This record gives sequence, structure tokens and C-alpha cells, in this order.
Amino acid sequence: MSTEASVSGSLRRRLALTLIGGAAVLAVLMFVAVRNYAVQVAQRGQDSILAASVTSMLDTASLHDDAVEVDLPYAAFAMLSTPADDRIFYAIFRDGAFLSGDADVVLDPDARSIPQFQSARVRQTAVRQVSASRTLIGADTRTDIQIVLAQTQDALSETLRQISRNAAFLGLGFFALAAGLSFWATSLTIRPLDRLTNSVTVRGPQDLRPFTKPVPDEMAPLVTSLNSLMTRLDQSLSQSEDFIAEAAHRVRTPLATVRSYAETTLQRVDKEENREAMRAMVRAIDESSRAAGQLLDHAMITFRADHLEREDLDLVALTTDLVTRLTPIAEMRDVSLSVLAQGKVRYSGDPILIQNAIRNLMDNALKYAPAESDVVIAVRSEPHIQIEVVDQGPGYPANQIDVLTSRFQRGENAGDTIGSGLGLTIAQDVARAHGGDLQLSNKAEGGACAILQLS
Amino acid sequence: MRYLAIVLIWFWAGLATAQEWEDRKVFNPGAATKLNIISSTDTTIFAPLIEDFLADRPSVSVEYWVTSTADIDQRLRATPEAFDVAISSAMDLQLKLTNDGYALRLSGVEHPAWAEWRQSLFAFTAEPATIVINRAAFSGQDVPQTRQALIEALRARPEVFRGRVGTYDVRQSGLGYLFATQDARASETFWRLMEVMGGLDLRLYCCSGDMIDDLTSGEIAVAYNVLGSYAAARIESRDVLEVIPPADFPTTMMRTAFVLRGTAEPDIAKAFVAHLLSLQSGDAAPVSQLPMLTTKDGTAARDTIHLEPALMTFLDALKRRKFLSAWEDAAIQD
Ligand SMILES: Nc1ncnc2c1ncn2[C@@H]1O[C@H](COP(=O)(O)OP(=O)(O)OP(=O)(O)O)[C@@H](O)[C@H]1O
Ligand SMILES: [Mg+2]
Repeated sequence: MSTEASVSGSLRRRLALTLIGGAAVLAVLMFVAVRNYAVQVAQRGQDSILAASVTSMLDTASLHDDAVEVDLPYAAFAMLSTPADDRIFYAIFRDGAFLSGDADVVLDPDARSIPQFQSARVRQTAVRQVSASRTLIGADTRTDIQIVLAQTQDALSETLRQISRNAAFLGLGFFALAAGLSFWATSLTIRPLDRLTNSVTVRGPQDLRPFTKPVPDEMAPLVTSLNSLMTRLDQSLSQSEDFIAEAAHRVRTPLATVRSYAETTLQRVDKEENREAMRAMVRAIDESSRAAGQLLDHAMITFRADHLEREDLDLVALTTDLVTRLTPIAEMRDVSLSVLAQGKVRYSGDPILIQNAIRNLMDNALKYAPAESDVVIAVRSEPHIQIEVVDQGPGYPANQIDVLTSRFQRGENAGDTIGSGLGLTIAQDVARAHGGDLQLSNKAEGGACAILQLS
Repeated sequence: MRYLAIVLIWFWAGLATAQEWEDRKVFNPGAATKLNIISSTDTTIFAPLIEDFLADRPSVSVEYWVTSTADIDQRLRATPEAFDVAISSAMDLQLKLTNDGYALRLSGVEHPAWAEWRQSLFAFTAEPATIVINRAAFSGQDVPQTRQALIEALRARPEVFRGRVGTYDVRQSGLGYLFATQDARASETFWRLMEVMGGLDLRLYCCSGDMIDDLTSGEIAVAYNVLGSYAAARIESRDVLEVIPPADFPTTMMRTAFVLRGTAEPDIAKAFVAHLLSLQSGDAAPVSQLPMLTTKDGTAARDTIHLEPALMTFLDALKRRKFLSAWEDAAIQD
């Protein structure tokens, strides 16, 4: 079963991108706003100077015997001096007829006493232009003087360029700051998640206590669901453990009772055919008992392998201990068990599983090897950590050697030895749960060789 | 309407070209590229500057055309493509030409901001308008150092000065008009002086040169608003004349140059202007008799007429008409 989560997208990235995107949009908006505002202010500045200038020019207009005089004040143009030496164009009109100035300047037909501003072109140059008029009243005449004053915008555009540059720097600075802040805010926001992940990861496999550390409001539902999931898991785990133990007990006990009755009955029965029937009965009981035991062991091993609980152990000590326990059975068959090992072989694994696997292998050796033979159990740490069980029997049936580890698979040579075909399956499951495998082979000089390799 | 105007201008320009040039000289004739310089500065005074420029440019020739400041303005407006560089002492006309788009922007030419306009019009001299007197007429008398003192001196001895005072005819001379308008702006004394001079049968001249000739010959005793530099340039006049920069307020003109926008030789024209500016800066050894723009120690000539758009004020037709009629009332009294 894969423990890798299927990943789509990243909260951190999404959050950071949203924040940075927002910051970028804001920065651009700010730049545009500042620039537009600057344009308005700068334009208003130029307009007001133009207005002042044209007003001062109009102020000097006077009527003398029906002749218009305009005595341009020196200051009118002097006030239009700019650092960029902007060009100035103007024209003076009387009732729309050109009087003096630059003939290229066109009169706006509805020039009023209030200065009117517009952008125009004079001598193929873009200019800002103001038009204003004034009514002169003579003895018996009434005439309108119009003045159009235009100025190029070199200084203004230079100012705007500078402001734009500064606004751009401001925008960039704002963006950089906001980007930094959003990274910071993102990692701050994600941190409780990381912390939760961490506290889930460091827990032992058996630790199914609820999480009690405070988490942010938004994570409360997640932690609540997690806690309830773990409670349910804990319950069902302990239930199945209990169930296995209970089942083993409930099957084995009555079988043992039945078997002892059968044995006793066998003693008392004299008729040969009845004895035969009783023996078959005992044998069937033994088969069932063995099958029940192996089935429960297998179930137990499947369960434990899913929640592997490793502890440090010495494989040599573990094997020797097993050999000691099996020696009485071996002696009954005149088989000698010997352990081949040097010093200790340290390994971290589930002792119950490993013991179970080795016992199944030794069990096979005792079952299928002939009497008065040797079974050698070698425990090695080099080149790999492995336990090898070698007997002097006929070996595995060559044509079945690849399938013997399948469930309930027994060999041709099994004959009427009692067994259920789960022993090698159990040994293989244990090896795989510890990251290794079970290798079966036959020795050239005869005899089966099973290697339980761990990693 | 516009075509009619163009035809008229062309026709008028044809007339103008038919007019005599004051002087005309080709430097380094026959060279591959030619620069046409139109100028109001006498050839003899300006020649050393051109020769210095041509010294290490054998492939360039210069044709130097001399005419009055007002004529320069008219010719440039009529046929701007005929010339590459314009040099004139009438700052207002030069500034107006630049304002109207006749000048080429010369990027990379370094010049103090007060002495250039739009990086197109460059000043290269600072020349005060002066009172020049014939020493003989003032023997035994105090030499007037201010306009007020001149007024008093003229009033004291009208019999000596009648018919023997001169100044520019501001109706003809662009430089004279510039000096007069700037004087009028600066002080009322100008008008009083004009009235006193007008009462003494004021003689009017087109150019500084003629005034200095008549002063030297003793034909006139006092000339007002003459370019001191011209007087100083005349060796034969040195003992006869005295040049007095008025102590009350100076009116200092800057001669200016610009490259015409339509020039066929923008690089050489620009090099010429840049060379001119470098020759006329205070730290260069003087090549010509034209006064430097900046003084030896590098400080700017002070109190010059500012190169600013306000110079165009007095060029306005209505303003000019009004000023000239006031000037005529004062200076020409029958
Ligand atoms: N040491 C051995 N020598 C020869 N054949 C063997 C040996 N060990 C196993 N086999 C063959 O492999 C078959 C499968 O063995 P396995 O241990 O899985 O089942 P089993 O011994 O028949 O039953 P049980 O579940 O009771 O162990 C056996 O039936 C037997 O034929
Ligand atoms: Mg077995």
C-alpha cells in the first residue's frame, strides 16, 4: 500500500502567489495613480502660470482712438521661463482678426474672459495653450481682445519622467516589501500545519492518542476528524487483536479436548478397524488444530506486519532460544539441531514475527528431513542479515520450488505429514515485512535450504 | 492664402538677396565641404576665429556672409536652408528664431545654462554697451561716467554738442533696439537722455562701425550705446577716443550662435560652434578681439541681458510700434 499522498497544488504556493499577485496589482495601481495625479498637478501648475501670464498681457490692452494697444509686460514671458527652456508662442486678436504675435497660432472661436486651456499644435509642435479674452470699451466702440498663449511641455515632461521614475521605484519597493511580507505571512500561516504534520510523524505506531495541542480555529475541524478517526482506528485495532486471540482460544481448546477424548478412546478400543477409525480421527483433529493454529498465526502476522513494531534484538540469542525449545521434538526424531553463528547479530525488528518465521522453517526441516540427520541453522550478519536453515532431506520438489510460498500450497513430497501449506507463506510475509525476502533452494549434495533474509 | 504668403515671402526674399551684403568672404576656398555662416560681426574681427577652426580642417571651407542683425532675421526666415550657422549680436532676434524652431539642438555641447537656450542658442561673448567720446570735445572737462553725468554734460554745453551726438537708429538696427529696450526697462534715465540727445539734433546710425568712424574724425563728439569692443579694436582710434562703460548700470549683450535646423553639414556646423565656444571661454588664450564670454578666472560675466523668452516681449508688433513711437517722440525733435 502506497503511503505517498496524491498532491495537487500547494497551499503555500497558492497563498504566496495570491498575495504577491495582489501586491503586484496594487503596485501597478499605485504607480498609475501617482503618475496620473502628478500629471494633473504638473499640468495644473503650467496652466496657472499660463493663465497668470495671459491675464497680465490682457491687462495692458487699451483703446486709444479706436486703435488697440497691447503693451506686453516683460514679466509675462519671463514668468514662463523653465529649466528646459520651453518655447512660447502667442497671438493677439481683435474681434478674431490677427493683430500681432505668431501667425501659426489659431484662435479658439469661443475664447472667453475665463482662461480656457487646451492641448494643441503650433509649428508642428505639441503645446499647452490658453485662450482668454477681454472686452475694451471706448468712447463709442466696444471691442474684444483675444490672446492665445501657448507653451511647449519639455520641462513638464522632464518632471513627469522623474516623477514616473520615482513612482516606479516606489511601486517596486512596495512590491518587494509586500512580496517579502507575503512570504513571511504564508510561512506563518502554514506553520501550524507543519507542526501538526510533525507531531503526527514522530508518533509511534501504537500511539493513537488524540492531539491536544492548540491549533488555529480553521484547523480545528481537521484535528477533530483526525482525532475521531484515530479513536475509531484504536478501537477496531484492539477489537481485531482481541478477536484473533479469542478465536485461537475458542478453536484450540475444544479441539484439544476432542483430541484427548479420542486418544483415551483409542486406548480402550481393541478391534483393529475401530482403532484405525480412531487414528484417522486423531489425525484429522491434528490437521484441524494445525490448520487453525497456522491460520491464526498467519492472521496475526498479517496484522503485526502492517503495524511493525521494531525493537533491538540479538538474532543469535533468539535462534538459540528457539532451538532449545524445539530440541525435545528433534530428539524424538533423532535429528540434531545446531546453531552456526559468531558473536551476536544485532537487528531491530519484531521478535514475535521473526521467531514465528524461524520456527516454521525449523518445523519444516524436522518434518521433511529423514531421521538421524543434521539440521544446521546459520545466523549471519555479512553480507546480509540472514538466517539459513539447511537439512539433509530430499529437498523441495524442484518443479514446485517457485510456488511453495503461496498460501495453502503443499508439496508433492508432503505425503501424509500434517500441515496446512502456510508455513513458508508466514516466513515469506515476515521477511518482506522487514524489508527482506525468503529464498528457497536445494543443496547440490541434497537437502533443502531456506534463507530468511532481513534488512 | 498660405500659398500666397509663401509666394510673397519668396518674392520678398528674392528682393532681399538682391540687396547688397555688407561683406562676404570665402575661407579655404575649393575645399570639399562648405559651411555658410551668416553673421553681423565684421569679417576682420571674426576672421581669426574661423581661421583657427579651419587650421586643422583642410577639407572644410567657410563662406562668411555679413549683414545687419535685422537682415539676418529676415533672410533666415525666408531661406533658412541657405545657411548653416547664424551669428548675431541681436539676442532677441536670435532667441525668437530659436523659439520658432529654426535652430538645431546640439546635444553634447557643454555650456553654462545662463549662456545657452534650449541647447540650441549659445552665447560666446559678453560685450557692454558703452558711451564713447572724442577726447578733444571734453578737454578740460570732467569725463561723464554715468548716463546722468552725460545728460548734465550735454545740457551744460549744448552749443558744443548740437549735431554732434550719435546713437543707433533703433528702427533699423536690431542691436540698437535691443540696447534701447533693455535700457528703457532698467531706468527712466534712458528716456531723459534720449530727450536731451533728441534736442541736440541726434544723429542716427545703422551700425557701431559708422559711429566710430565719425567719432574718430571728430564729426561727432559723443556716441551712446556703442559696442566698446569695436572702438577698442580700432588702433587709429585709441588716442582719440575714450570708451566709458556706464557706471550706473551696465547693459551687456552676448553675441550668440546657432546651427540652422536644416543644415546639410550638422556635424561640421556643430564642431564649429563648439570650437567657437571653447575659443571664447575665459581660460583660452584670446584669438580674436571679441571679448570673452567669461572672465579669466572663470567667473561668469555678470549683468548680461538674460537669454530668456522675455526677450521676445519687445519684438511684439504692437509693443514695438508703441516703443518706437515713444522713442521717435524723444529722439527726433524737429
Ligand atoms: N525442508 C523441506 N524438505 C522438503 N520439502 C519441504 C521442506 N519444507 C517444505 N517442504 C515442502 O513444501 C511444502 C510447503 O511447506 P509449508 O511449510 O508451507 O507447508 P506444510 O509444511 O505442508 O504445512 P504447515 O503449514 O503445517 O507448515 C510442504 O508441503 C513440503 O512439500
Ligand atoms: Mg511447514
